[in-house]
Amino acid sequence: MSWQGKILRVNLTTHEITPEALNMEWAKDYIGERGLGTKYLWENMDPKADAMAPDNVLIFATGPLTGTNASTSGRYAVITKSPLTGAIACSNSGGKFGAELKYAGFDLLLVEGQSEKPVYLLIEGDEISLAPAEKIWGKTVWETDEWIKKQHHNPMLKIATIGIAGERGARYASVVNDLHRAAGRSGVGTVMGSKNLKAVAVRGTGGVKVKDPKRFMTVTQEMKNLLAEHTGGLTKYGTNAMMDTMQEFGGLPTRNFQEVQFEGADKVDAKAMMKTDDTGHTNLLTNKACFGCTIACGRIAHIRQDHFTIQNRKEYWHASGGLEYETAFAFGPVIGVDDIDACTFAGYLMNEHGIDPISFGVTLAAAMELFEMGVITTEDTDGVPLNFGNAEALTVMAEKTGKQEGFGVMLGLGSRLMCEKYGHPELSMTVKGQEFAGYDSRALQGMGLGYATGNRGACHLKHDTFEVDMDDQTGNGKADPCKTSQDWTAAVDSSGLCMFTMGAWGAPEFAAQLDADSEGDWTAERLMKSGERIWNLERMFNLAAGLTKADDTLPERLLKDPAPSGTAKGKVNELDKMLPEYYDLRGWSEDGVPTDDTLGRLGLG
Amino acid sequence: MQRSLHMEPSLCTGCLQCEMACSFEHEGEFIPARSRIRVFEFEHGRTSVPYTCTQCVEAWCMKACPTNAISIDSDLGAKLVSAQACVGCKACVSACPFGTIEFNPFSGKVDKCDLCGGDPQCVAACPTDAITYVDAGASGVGRMAAAAKQSNQETAS
Repeated sequence: MSWQGKILRVNLTTHEITPEALNMEWAKDYIGERGLGTKYLWENMDPKADAMAPDNVLIFATGPLTGTNASTSGRYAVITKSPLTGAIACSNSGGKFGAELKYAGFDLLLVEGQSEKPVYLLIEGDEISLAPAEKIWGKTVWETDEWIKKQHHNPMLKIATIGIAGERGARYASVVNDLHRAAGRSGVGTVMGSKNLKAVAVRGTGGVKVKDPKRFMTVTQEMKNLLAEHTGGLTKYGTNAMMDTMQEFGGLPTRNFQEVQFEGADKVDAKAMMKTDDTGHTNLLTNKACFGCTIACGRIAHIRQDHFTIQNRKEYWHASGGLEYETAFAFGPVIGVDDIDACTFAGYLMNEHGIDPISFGVTLAAAMELFEMGVITTEDTDGVPLNFGNAEALTVMAEKTGKQEGFGVMLGLGSRLMCEKYGHPELSMTVKGQEFAGYDSRALQGMGLGYATGNRGACHLKHDTFEVDMDDQTGNGKADPCKTSQDWTAAVDSSGLCMFTMGAWGAPEFAAQLDADSEGDWTAERLMKSGERIWNLERMFNLAAGLTKADDTLPERLLKDPAPSGTAKGKVNELDKMLPEYYDLRGWSEDGVPTDDTLGRLGLG
Repeated sequence: MQRSLHMEPSLCTGCLQCEMACSFEHEGEFIPARSRIRVFEFEHGRTSVPYTCTQCVEAWCMKACPTNAISIDSDLGAKLVSAQACVGCKACVSACPFGTIEFNPFSGKVDKCDLCGGDPQCVAACPTDAITYVDAGASGVGRMAAAAKQSNQETAS
């Protein structure tokens, strides 16, 4: 079977490194990756612990399919308590790091405590150690990657690291692996920084075996063929094809969600990335796959060398990760910027310094609104006018936030805390303190419910009500697809595969691959029930951490200010209608607490 | 007709399905570290380049082998390593200018591409046709045609 049967426990306080057997009972109940990581978190820490304290636990988890030849098998998740939200954090990433961890012999890495001095964890075959990181503390993600490979004369190492933002406590620092793939959301990199853990470097020379190799090879090939029939658009245009859809629909959050359509959308969309300008420059160079992925939605781009951002900075005259929909949204419409080179450069800076682009962009959007209201001035912002549409403000503030300098420290607090500090909490476009992704809840009602009930706060990746939202713009009939897709997405995430396969594969297709891969008698029903179990365990973590029904809400702007244009013109989000129905469907009390019956049914009692 | 593996880096997305297929074929598990084909990335992933043994006609590895463990499959043109005869001396590893014959510390022998008996699994697994198995006497034709097309366009304009 595809599990290695082993996890690695690393205590940073004592510097003890202990391999332990994987709890296979948990693997059967929680699938892997997100679900299994949540179970390990639940069993290893008190949810009330301060996210930045040594008793928070940081988990890197692979799924049962990670490292196999199933398409998109490169994923891993980072699970911990979030310093941004105080809720559970679960961010997953592609690239090659996750598969490498599995090949190194570990299904999951559990980090606890806090090192007195900066260290990095090195796993090179059977040689595992905590090495001093003083020389790379203060270095960027890209410098760290290069330094560790050189230090160990091993270019084959795969490295997940934090940048300066994570070291200095910016609340939405990411963990970046393979230079430009990131476990981006909820400040998982901030927790890593609080533990004085700079990086995890892994070289795995072992293999992954599956339960029934012959059946597995047949089914994964069938699934790849099926996937290819559905994902041509993602391959060609990347996720930023969504920009046009949202613009046309009127669900594209613009200028801190004051508007829902952006006049400059066609300057930062997928087609703009592919367009050759009058100097012969094309932003997009090629598409790129994560480990095992036959879709290859990743973008590799470059910036015009005469652009103001890099004309005197040759170190950025190279290709790197290009815009995806969420980065294009966060550096474009939501701050009113339509300069594709500036947006691309901001994307480079996010990866180089280890920051979540969504939280950064939406926090900057709130700062821009505060600036235009006159609440803050250039005296607060290091002399930079933070007007909507100012591309220079975007890149200057991205760098300041990355390095935690000047006004970047304020932006690093996240939108909720920053807006509270300036006395305008209503300007914070967040749920549970986490910033929204690029979908407006007034145009997309079910998305709003998913945001409000999201276990990690506002997040577009933990449910999928897109089709029903496009069909009908009321709160009717959204609770069921929201709940069902939340459970299903929890199962998909936990498999170790990418959710971009969901358009092609349903539960039977996932179950067929999983059952040939590993023990557990996987069926569609078993997967769905496991997904529901995972969702409820995440909920229990949040309730134990002190969150309540009051946190399942949306900002007033989305509940009271009607959408000014687009297909949802005049509409607000109907959360008050959807939420009670949702709690009921979930088997939760009116206060949003899972009932004893529900917990018993899911084996969580 | 003798065929050879043809790599087109511009089509490679770096997904590593070839490494998994190769290692599964030869080792019965997914173990990219033991794949006979490797993909290398340059400039933050701008290019991904698959690379494996080119099956030299006058093979350095074969000439360097003191135990005659490397032989030619006359149909495929593949150079094959006899596990029985290989003593793991690594003379071939030193001799190969491309690094495409590698010592395997687990078996104590060397590994190299054997063209999977004429059905290369890396080719079957590649989702973008970046790796193809083509007429060895015409492996440059695709690029020649592309260059000719460009030349034609330049002439026409």
